[in-house]
Amino acid sequence: MSATTKSAPEQGTDHDADDATPATGDDAEAATADASADGHLDDVVRLGLYEQVVRIRTFEERAYRLFMEGLVKGTSHLSLGMEAIAAGFGEAMRADDYTFCTYRGHAHTLARGTDMGGVMAELLGRATGVCGGKGGSMHLTSVEHGAMGSYAIIGAHLPIANGAAWSAQIRGTGQVAVCFFGDGTTNIGAFHEALNLAKVWDLPVVFVCENNLYMEYTAIGDVTAVEHPAADRASAYGLPSIIVDGNDPEAVYEVATEAIARARAGEGPSLIEAKTYRHGGHSRADPGTYRPAEEVEAWLERDPMPTYRARLQETGITEERLEEIEARAQSDVDAATEFAKSSPVPELQAAYTNVWADGGSSWRN
Amino acid sequence: MAELITYRDAVARGLAQEMRHDETVHFIGEDVAAAGGVFKATKGLLEEFGPERVRDTPISEEAILGAAMGAAMTGIRPVAEIMFSDFLATCWDLVAVEIPKTRYMTDGQISLPLVIRTANGGGLRFGAQHSQAVENWAMSIPGLKVVAPSNPKDVIGLLAAAIRDPDPVLFFEQKSLYPTKGEVPDGEIVDELGVATTVRQGSDVTIVALASMVRRAVEAADELDSLGISAEVIDLRSLVPLDTNTIIESVKRTTRMITVEENPRLCGWGAEIVSIVAEECIWHIDGPLTRVTTPHIPLPSADALEDEFLPSVERIVAAAQKVVQ
Ligand SMILES: Cc1ncc(C[n+]2csc(CCOP(=O)(O)OP(=O)(O)O)c2C)c(N)n1
Ligand SMILES: [Mg+2]
Repeated sequence: MSATTKSAPEQGTDHDADDATPATGDDAEAATADASADGHLDDVVRLGLYEQVVRIRTFEERAYRLFMEGLVKGTSHLSLGMEAIAAGFGEAMRADDYTFCTYRGHAHTLARGTDMGGVMAELLGRATGVCGGKGGSMHLTSVEHGAMGSYAIIGAHLPIANGAAWSAQIRGTGQVAVCFFGDGTTNIGAFHEALNLAKVWDLPVVFVCENNLYMEYTAIGDVTAVEHPAADRASAYGLPSIIVDGNDPEAVYEVATEAIARARAGEGPSLIEAKTYRHGGHSRADPGTYRPAEEVEAWLERDPMPTYRARLQETGITEERLEEIEARAQSDVDAATEFAKSSPVPELQAAYTNVWADGGSSWRN
Repeated sequence: MAELITYRDAVARGLAQEMRHDETVHFIGEDVAAAGGVFKATKGLLEEFGPERVRDTPISEEAILGAAMGAAMTGIRPVAEIMFSDFLATCWDLVAVEIPKTRYMTDGQISLPLVIRTANGGGLRFGAQHSQAVENWAMSIPGLKVVAPSNPKDVIGLLAAAIRDPDPVLFFEQKSLYPTKGEVPDGEIVDELGVATTVRQGSDVTIVALASMVRRAVEAADELDSLGISAEVIDLRSLVPLDTNTIIESVKRTTRMITVEENPRLCGWGAEIVSIVAEECIWHIDGPLTRVTTPHIPLPSADALEDEFLPSVERIVAAAQKVVQ
């Protein structure tokens, strides 16, 4: 597999994916629980992974279009190019596990099975949105699917994910909290506070750094003391340093499965650095011109959707099955768009609801 | 039966009462377990409830409040201690941006039944970074309840109410009150948030106070009595929810009001109360609505200075004399 565990080499392989341009990982077929007899993951898992990638891709492309049309207001941060991480974890998680993600959270929220119409309606500021229009693109949440919130202050949700993991530990439920964040997040205090506490309390939490090489507009390498912003910090918290090709859904799935299993078994937290790249800019209509053309070019070659599609075809998945998945995603996104567009905007009165648990907002008698 | 106990011991008793009442209550903070707290306000809890429910944390204020928040949204009722309220600034994101807004932003999907306890205010000569009265910071944030007890009985009752409340509560213990004593009845005490108490009745002026300022207001009222001025003292007990009815009802009778605030002048909680009274019962008012506050300075350390600049009994008396003229 293309995950390497540097300080615990027995867990890794020779295959190193820790340079800026990740390895393709043809030798990625390490034996795992899900491996079929011919050496790759079970087809059900592989099709599930592909379906996740395709659904997220199709959704994000639509979200971008709707933003450019002025229907998605404010801002949106897309995961175009980064879908394999959400897909790999989404498939590896148990239904009652917890996801904590950032403002770049459409992908992770959808990957838990959250209704696409509700997500799209939230982006459009409609009453039928998953947060009734009060959250917006940066705060997608669906507690019933384990999507415990999208947090827009860098680093905030790492300590919060610890809390959910601590609660699972107290209640003895075997639930695991998975927390996604960017490379830029590794330089804020909350990252370090959270990792230390997670290790000290042996919490069932998996921290996943989606290293897309950039913060908003600044390259992470220009402002970080170490080469691998997450993995090189792991040893400071007594954790192995794990790097995975974040554009390879299967590699992510395998690393996710292992880390989640360790957490569930009471073996404590993990920190995973997934190397990836965003196809577009940071947010809104950012064209991302601060990135060298050759770099963008190289990463577009590694686009997780066509590369995984080709790999599935090479390993026996028929064109029809792939097209079927793609068509389903397209029609689901169309339906979600239609649902969102035809939904009412929130009643003005809704602004005064749900400040408090009694449903209201009163602060005085 | 009743017993005379300290404000400090009331904290431990209140926590113990709630931990016995509800096994989902867990308590975390720096030096709170083995050491029993830097103010010794949580002594005995580790022994009774064990290290799973009473846990020492690293010096990581964001990690402490994050743990509380994540646990609260998933079935636990955490109580987190931030040793000094000054340190809230290091985890202000959790206090002001994450915890109070999450229920709203998720349109009610997430509840956060948690309590942040913290030692607030001056009087111990600790200087400007360990003496701030920051209840007004907290009051300005929609989605946070803000409580500040003035006596041991209220510590227990309001702490219980805060822990049982389904919303996040910032619970300010005034640190100079820890050694002070008060009568506390036996048995379980569970109070109600958002209910002010009239601790002394009077007819000429209403003095509205909070936490350690309540004692001073009562002392001032005793002195005013001998000067022929009858002062009513209201202990607000919580800033959010705010019991405006009790204030307005009193002010309509006395026709005058003073607020006594430990926080520095600008945007102190008294300003909000003065504005409510001005808007809602100005026609009943016979004297200037007056605020007695700490001046707008960081609190100095030297005892001679600290004593002068926290609102004193003398300043309250002088203010009352002025408004009844
Ligand atoms: C505390 C804080 N500082 C700054 C910002 C502004 N900001 C929003 S996204 C972002 C870049 C974050 O980069 P990274 O963690 O790599 O995540 P990515 O957007 O690349 O997924 C910044 C600086 C913020 N939201 N919060
Ligand atoms: Mg980044």
